[in-house]
Amino acid sequence: MAKYINPIRATKGEKIFYHVNHIFMLVLCAITLYPMLYVIFASLSDPNEFAMVQGLLLKPAGFSTIGYRFVFRMSTIWLGYRNTLIYVFLGSAISMVLTILAAFMLSRREFMLKKISIGLIVFTMYFGGGMIPTFLVVSQLGLTKSIWGVMLPGALSVYNTIVLRTSFNAIPPALEESARIDGAGDMRILFNVVLPLSGAALATITLFYVVGNWGAWYNALVYLQDRRDLYPLQMFLREMLIEDKTTDAYMNSLSGSSANVHLIKEITKYSVIIVSTLPILLVYPFIQKYFVKGVMLGSIKE
Amino acid sequence: MSQAKAKPRKLPFFKRLARDISRHPALYVIFIVIMTYFVLFCYWPMYGNIIAFQKYKPLKGILGSKFVGFTNFEKFFTSYYFPRLVRNTLLISIYNLIFGFPFPIIFAILLNEVQRLSYKKVIQTITYLPHFISTMVICAMIVQFTNSKGFLTIFANSVSKHEGALITDPRYFRAIYVVSGIWQTFGWNSILYIAAMTGISPDLYEAATIDGANKFNQMLHVTLPGIKETIVIMLIMAIGRLMNVGWEKAFLLQNEATYETSDIISTYVYRKGFVDSDYSYSTAVNIFNSVINLILLTVANYVSRRMTESSLW
Repeated sequence: MAKYINPIRATKGEKIFYHVNHIFMLVLCAITLYPMLYVIFASLSDPNEFAMVQGLLLKPAGFSTIGYRFVFRMSTIWLGYRNTLIYVFLGSAISMVLTILAAFMLSRREFMLKKISIGLIVFTMYFGGGMIPTFLVVSQLGLTKSIWGVMLPGALSVYNTIVLRTSFNAIPPALEESARIDGAGDMRILFNVVLPLSGAALATITLFYVVGNWGAWYNALVYLQDRRDLYPLQMFLREMLIEDKTTDAYMNSLSGSSANVHLIKEITKYSVIIVSTLPILLVYPFIQKYFVKGVMLGSIKE
Repeated sequence: MSQAKAKPRKLPFFKRLARDISRHPALYVIFIVIMTYFVLFCYWPMYGNIIAFQKYKPLKGILGSKFVGFTNFEKFFTSYYFPRLVRNTLLISIYNLIFGFPFPIIFAILLNEVQRLSYKKVIQTITYLPHFISTMVICAMIVQFTNSKGFLTIFANSVSKHEGALITDPRYFRAIYVVSGIWQTFGWNSILYIAAMTGISPDLYEAATIDGANKFNQMLHVTLPGIKETIVIMLIMAIGRLMNVGWEKAFLLQNEATYETSDIISTYVYRKGFVDSDYSYSTAVNIFNSVINLILLTVANYVSRRMTESSLW
């Protein structure tokens, strides 16, 4: 690696290279961050002044918190937040229980049905049912128009199961054997030996599910149908930002009341993006390393 | 299994199974729970694919509906949409591959040359960020930036003769899709390359320096060969996924004005199924897509096993 080269010997050409490289990286970081910065600036802008802006923003155009004040009065945002939190906590918990059980079963060396289980589970990574057949099954099971239709289909990720199993397999068999000699059964080994030794992998998988459930919307789109009261936040974002529909009661009550309502709505869109992304952005620096670890674990092939 | 001695092997299968169940009852309870999940949400829908060969009526169910052979497939292959959908799906994929695939590699190689660890960490944290923003918010931002008031539209209209919003112009859909995809993923996709580079021996760089290799030569002849295997595997996997364009983003970014370029097989499957309620036809189109995917993946895997030591199976 470059750091092993004595910097005193760095030639002039190398110095120029390092400077150019640093500038390139700086530009790349700026380009990566700018769309987010633009949204932050726009969300804090004055509606009238923002409407006049042609092109880029380097700071908020004027200053106003009216966008955020509107967002907090929108019942759909609160409802979406509440539902999303349910899906994130309950859904991720269900996923974790299933994933731990599946990974534990597949990591048991002495389990007779291990091979066939691995075959049946991995097979589903390459063959699926498709949108409509899955929809028909979920309907027949009576899961549509309920929170279970949002949380159960796709609750168990085969990829995550394989990652967790890799980690379970890395536990020395001697530990389990000594527990078994002490009279421990399979569940006791799971709770007292395997789980306490897999903290990092469990954290990684949990975060995968949490971030996945936070951003998920397909199941809600297809299975919730007219149950708008169960919509996750992402579905309300879709209505407001992608479809450009005003379905919020508060927003509707304002329509036509004053001339610049549509300008305020524009600012509100940016505020909604920030309000709905903030939780992830706040925890992101702390959870990033677990995700990188997960990517690495997933790339190990057995 | 390897522990099995000569004696247990003589026992018939069901005897051994009964003994295993009595020894590990918990594992068999887990087996039933997990398999129930896979049967309900994977294998039962897989069986449901039969409706592609039927004139499926929800009230009659799969068993009561009439079989029509390959009629649904024929209808798709001869329809006006078939060439358009295949072209759109393939073009988005190929552009993604050509422009999106090399970017993380170049980025990783250049990041490897950043000397200070603290700079490196900051750059990584920033470039991984878009990966954590939900697809919905990413698409919402793209729509905001490319609608008639968006700054990207204003920029495009000021430097060219283009008029109107970019998001409703079919000529710009692929560019928007691919460029935003690169923005979203280049940092994250560089992780495995960066990891592979840590495995390159520092001696190689030292030897190259002594031989008079400059930075560019080192990147080309030391770093690049060092991550060659990772690149090949990633490329093969990308080719295997060629017809598997990310459904969510295409669905969220498309609108009726851009169907000409934005309608891909998976969004068509959705529309035929859920909007037009043509269940059998939609399923047939999806099976076509899955079969192509499977062929691509199998070929890619075969090539991978031949060219490198590694393969998916």
